[in-house]
Amino acid sequence: MTIDAQVIAQLLVIGFTFFMLLNSAAILVYLERKVAAFVQQRYGPYLVGPKGLLQPLADIIKLIMKEELRPKSANAALFYLAPIISATAAFAAFAVVPFGAPTTFFGLLDEPVRLAPADVNVGLLVLFAITSMGVYGIVLAGWSSNSKYSLLGALRASAQMISYELSYGMSFAAIILMAGSLSLTDIVNHQQGYWFGFIPKWYIFLQPLGFFIFLVAGVAETNRAPFDFPEAEQELVAGYHTEYSSMSFALFFLAEYVNMVTVSAVATDLFLGGWHGPFLPVSLGWIWFLAKVGALLFFYIWMRWTLPRYRYDQLMEFGWKFLLPLAVVNLLVTAYLTIRMNGW
Amino acid sequence: MDAFLFWILALVAVTASVLVIGQRNPMYSVLLLIASFGALSGLYIQLGSPFVAVIQIIIYAGAIMVLFLFTVMLLNAQPEESPTGRLARMMTGAGPRRFGAVLSVVLALQLFWALRVLSSQNMPPGDTPATTVREIGVRLFREHSFAFEATSVLILVAMVGAILLARKESQ
Amino acid sequence: MLPEPTLNSYLMLSAVLFAIGTAGVFLRRNVITILLSVEVMLNAVNLTFVAVDRFRGLIDGQIIVFFVMTVAAAEAAVGLALVIALFRHKEVLTPDAFTSLKW
Repeated sequence: MTIDAQVIAQLLVIGFTFFMLLNSAAILVYLERKVAAFVQQRYGPYLVGPKGLLQPLADIIKLIMKEELRPKSANAALFYLAPIISATAAFAAFAVVPFGAPTTFFGLLDEPVRLAPADVNVGLLVLFAITSMGVYGIVLAGWSSNSKYSLLGALRASAQMISYELSYGMSFAAIILMAGSLSLTDIVNHQQGYWFGFIPKWYIFLQPLGFFIFLVAGVAETNRAPFDFPEAEQELVAGYHTEYSSMSFALFFLAEYVNMVTVSAVATDLFLGGWHGPFLPVSLGWIWFLAKVGALLFFYIWMRWTLPRYRYDQLMEFGWKFLLPLAVVNLLVTAYLTIRMNGW
Repeated sequence: MDAFLFWILALVAVTASVLVIGQRNPMYSVLLLIASFGALSGLYIQLGSPFVAVIQIIIYAGAIMVLFLFTVMLLNAQPEESPTGRLARMMTGAGPRRFGAVLSVVLALQLFWALRVLSSQNMPPGDTPATTVREIGVRLFREHSFAFEATSVLILVAMVGAILLARKESQ
Repeated sequence: MLPEPTLNSYLMLSAVLFAIGTAGVFLRRNVITILLSVEVMLNAVNLTFVAVDRFRGLIDGQIIVFFVMTVAAAEAAVGLALVIALFRHKEVLTPDAFTSLKW
């Protein structure tokens, strides 16, 4: 079997994406603690390594060395399956997100390779499907721990996630209407160019409401503040991951951070123009992509340490009675305007 | 490659389904059914229908099974015990169950025979284009728009009905 | 070398899945598992639709599959609501316990 340079390039992209996702989780651990510290007017970690940069390494080593506990009455198979499902769904969801223009690696390849592990042309639907599978990790974690705090936390977290999936999907639908395609690469390419020479043709300017709905639903999907009632320390011990320790806990942590990165990356691709930006050629567009994703992640962390937490019933009411009707109205208005612009 | 994938996915689907009906613990049954749906989704992709494959995961594995899981968790469904009592064992003991299993094999064979009437030509080759979402959307909203609207009313009715039925009776 | 899947392979697979589902409906004594077996049967039928669609080059079968899935979702919701309501009465999940309508 001849080994094709294209195949090798594609495999390299897949490996690189996986590796960078792992690293991004570690970077986010550090960033979260530093930003939290500065918001709260204190220094963050500064002892381990210069400016505390080796803190995530210390955290990971600590987590690996801890003892792996399991409650005796917990269902062993499901107990260990739950964090695996969470982490797998988190990584798999990023597989359809492109992070740069198709590139030939400075002319080494014959034809350009797409910078996404699996850029399918129903990419958005696949993303939505895998995000729905992430609910199972939480539900199984709560159930198999055989403890009342875990079960309550899991039921609430999963009810929250499936409620906000609706608004999440509807904000996608408005973008799909405008771009006319389900493939993320196509949607990003529709956002090239400028109006009047300096305003970029990003969808956030055409769909500000959609962006707001997407971000709010995304934050709720990833169980981050202000929607993190199910895992709040003061409320339910630690919710669905109360009984987990060591690597299983690390896997849940990893899943949460990778989910954050996925939501930010998808928001960048859908609303903020992906890898297009001024001053840089399209082949270096991944730098812009990183910058935009970084800005959104900073916003995520900033929100966590600034806003108070929603109570559970307020959270559910917000999702069903405010966000979902808003998303429907957004979709209807987008549909109407799209038809008007393209002629009846 | 195609054939290999088909047989693996078919094996997973059948094994998972047999285990679904064979497991005593309903929680395991639900999880095995999710695995079976995953295998079926792979088969749909092989059959050139990426849209159906993805909505199988979104609707069946992602929504309906979560509903089942919630019910199993809320009702704290216990694993089934073996039947006690002479009458119960006569109706549902091991003997009648084996007989029932034989009857289902007979059903499967009858269906085989009925479906063999169709010719056994090969499927269209793997490089025929997959159905795009656009084609499905056009067909759905032009010829089948009435069914679409009726289904949305149906879902609304089902939602309201489910909430009413599951509500606690207020005094 | 494995044989190539023909239309018959897909149809036979779907027949096997349907028979498994039927066996589950008749042989299980837990209402939730019975509902799960009904879902297995519905999936077998979906597979038949999509396989024949591919063979004939149509897409109407996929539209029908779309509707089957939606109706299955509605049916699962109402069925499980009924199970919850019944459970409140009798505290068991065996179908033999619900005999009030028997003569």
